[in-house]
Amino acid sequence: MKSKDLLAECYNALTVNKIRTGLTMLGIVIGIGSVIAMVSIGQAAKNSIEASIQSIGSNLILVSPGSTRGLGALVSSGRGSSQTLTNEDEKALDSQISLPHTTEPETSTRAQIIAKGTNTNTRVIGTVAAYTSVRSLEIDLGSFITDDQNRTSAKVAVIGPTTRDDLFGADVNVVGQTMRINGNTFKIIGVTKSKGGSGFLNQDDVAYIPLTTAQHYLTGAAYLTTIAVQATSASDMGTIQEEVTAALLSRHHINDIAQADFTVQNQADIVATASTITSTFTTLLAAIASISLLVGGIGIMNMMLTTVTERTREIGLRKAIGAKGRDINAQFLIEAIMLTFAGGFLGVVLGWVISFAISTFTGISAAVTPSSVALAFGVSAAIGVIFGYYPARRASKLNPIEALRFE
Amino acid sequence: MISCKNIIKTYTSGDMETQVLRGVSFDITDGEFVAIMGPSGSGKSTLMHILGALDTPTSGEYELDGRPVSELSDDDLADLRKNKIGFVFQSFNLLARATVLRNVALPLVYAEMPENERLSRAAAALREAGMDESRFNYLSNQISGGQMQRVAIARALVNNPSLLLADEPTGNLDTRTGDIVLGTFQKLHEQGRTIVLITHELYVAEHADRIIHIKDGLIISDTKNIHKRVVTHIQDV
Ligand SMILES: Nc1ncnc2c1ncn2[C@@H]1O[C@H](COP(=O)(O)OP(=O)(O)OP(=O)(O)O)[C@@H](O)[C@H]1O
Ligand SMILES: [Mg+2]
Repeated sequence: MKSKDLLAECYNALTVNKIRTGLTMLGIVIGIGSVIAMVSIGQAAKNSIEASIQSIGSNLILVSPGSTRGLGALVSSGRGSSQTLTNEDEKALDSQISLPHTTEPETSTRAQIIAKGTNTNTRVIGTVAAYTSVRSLEIDLGSFITDDQNRTSAKVAVIGPTTRDDLFGADVNVVGQTMRINGNTFKIIGVTKSKGGSGFLNQDDVAYIPLTTAQHYLTGAAYLTTIAVQATSASDMGTIQEEVTAALLSRHHINDIAQADFTVQNQADIVATASTITSTFTTLLAAIASISLLVGGIGIMNMMLTTVTERTREIGLRKAIGAKGRDINAQFLIEAIMLTFAGGFLGVVLGWVISFAISTFTGISAAVTPSSVALAFGVSAAIGVIFGYYPARRASKLNPIEALRFE
Repeated sequence: MISCKNIIKTYTSGDMETQVLRGVSFDITDGEFVAIMGPSGSGKSTLMHILGALDTPTSGEYELDGRPVSELSDDDLADLRKNKIGFVFQSFNLLARATVLRNVALPLVYAEMPENERLSRAAAALREAGMDESRFNYLSNQISGGQMQRVAIARALVNNPSLLLADEPTGNLDTRTGDIVLGTFQKLHEQGRTIVLITHELYVAEHADRIIHIKDGLIISDTKNIHKRVVTHIQDV
């Protein structure tokens, strides 16, 4: 059989039964598309969480009120109502830690911010001048809060780029303008550089004000939501963490560490916690993806197998009029390849479109990885070819009458 | 050309054994025109499939052109079906969802003939089988039973076989169309081809040189046809 005729026969067989071809391809498209999308989302979420952790600073020990919780220090909004850390705790820690360090107290809350009639609900952090060095925060325009402004409880604010965009629009110079936080007028003195992160981890949707101002006007009490202690040298982290724990236990008159009304985490703990979360996340997504691949695969297999009877008769007929075993094998192999590759191509496009849509609408930077394309494509192609080709190969070994009588 | 010695065909389903052919022996020489008759279920089609190298006997020896068919490889069998044998199935076995023309041209695809030659040969074969030109591009499931039969006949003729095996080729045809087909067979016979046809109708069988009667898987008579009919002209209706 000539190869041109062979291709024409395959093309005919595929186009003549559009529903069969369409359904088989649909299985492949869904299988491949979902795996690619799933893996790209998982990868993106993982990258985003890791970037967020890196951006909170280095050599950090974070003290938060209440007992142990996962990413407590990272997800600072809605921290619960434990009010066990005070300004005095922070001052005591600063003086009692023996090794070189910086401490930085903060209180964080959510508040309604209004500027020129636009309003947004944003995280407001009350903090001190040391925040920029401890939390590796960079200022884009203007300046950060000073210790003087803290002493005088000045109503000044530094805002993140997202908040700026939400309230004033992108690229508007807002330094010197005013905005209202919970009814109090604040003067904007600076805008921070973008730290990245997205969704609930967006670190650019924030307003910084002096700690004393926050306690006076917003939270109404001298409580803190976090005390950050930055060790000057990474090798001092262990000792400092022990000193912090010991100092706070004695200040709070607690003997048993299990009863502690505060949590001390160093950054390594946070990274470890986060990586267990991201790896669980990745495993979960991989599991969902393999299920879609399996379902897609079963779809392909089903379509291929349900047509075996019809195709076996066709094979019997073709053999009866002079087709050789290899003509039959070549036709069915090429049909299966055409089908899986066309479906595979559409599946890759679908996966890419989904992950592109997710990047666009959620801000998670989902990217299609070549390995997920290869995996999804490989599995579907294997299933398509095996289940398209093997029944045909078996049928081509029957004599024509047996094949024509096949039930 | 054909030599059958003690052909036996047994079907086993579960532990039930049915002997469909119970020792059939006969020879057909080159250029003979033979009709096979017999009641329904007597094993005619089964025998025909074996003669067409489409099925294998359970035991017995079948030689085609002096070569035992059981010793041929799969590829040799394919070449035999492609170049030498034209087979008309009782149940037509057309390729579903393909046009009449494509069905008839299909054997020539495997014979590696160029496409335009394939189509003109297929059209010629269809006319020989009495098929109306207006139906050439209909799909095989959009035509009547008699038309399907003519497509099946045309497909058997298209590769100019030296052995034509036809299982009830006129079973679904009216007398006039049947006569067109019989006329074509007669012409092929005159060209020296070997023809074996199965029929229920004595009228059809009487166009052959020789009539073999089969009953319950055995040959009960094998005689020269003394009342040979010849199609002289096709009546117009
Ligand atoms: N695959 C099979 N399995 C079991 N029995 C079969 C099979 N094929 C045919 N038979 C039996 O073989 C017998 C002969 O069948 P065959 O088709 O050769 O009859 P026939 O002479 O062509 O009849 P008809 O004139 O009705 O076409 C039948 O009784 C049938 O039941
Ligand atoms: Mg029959």
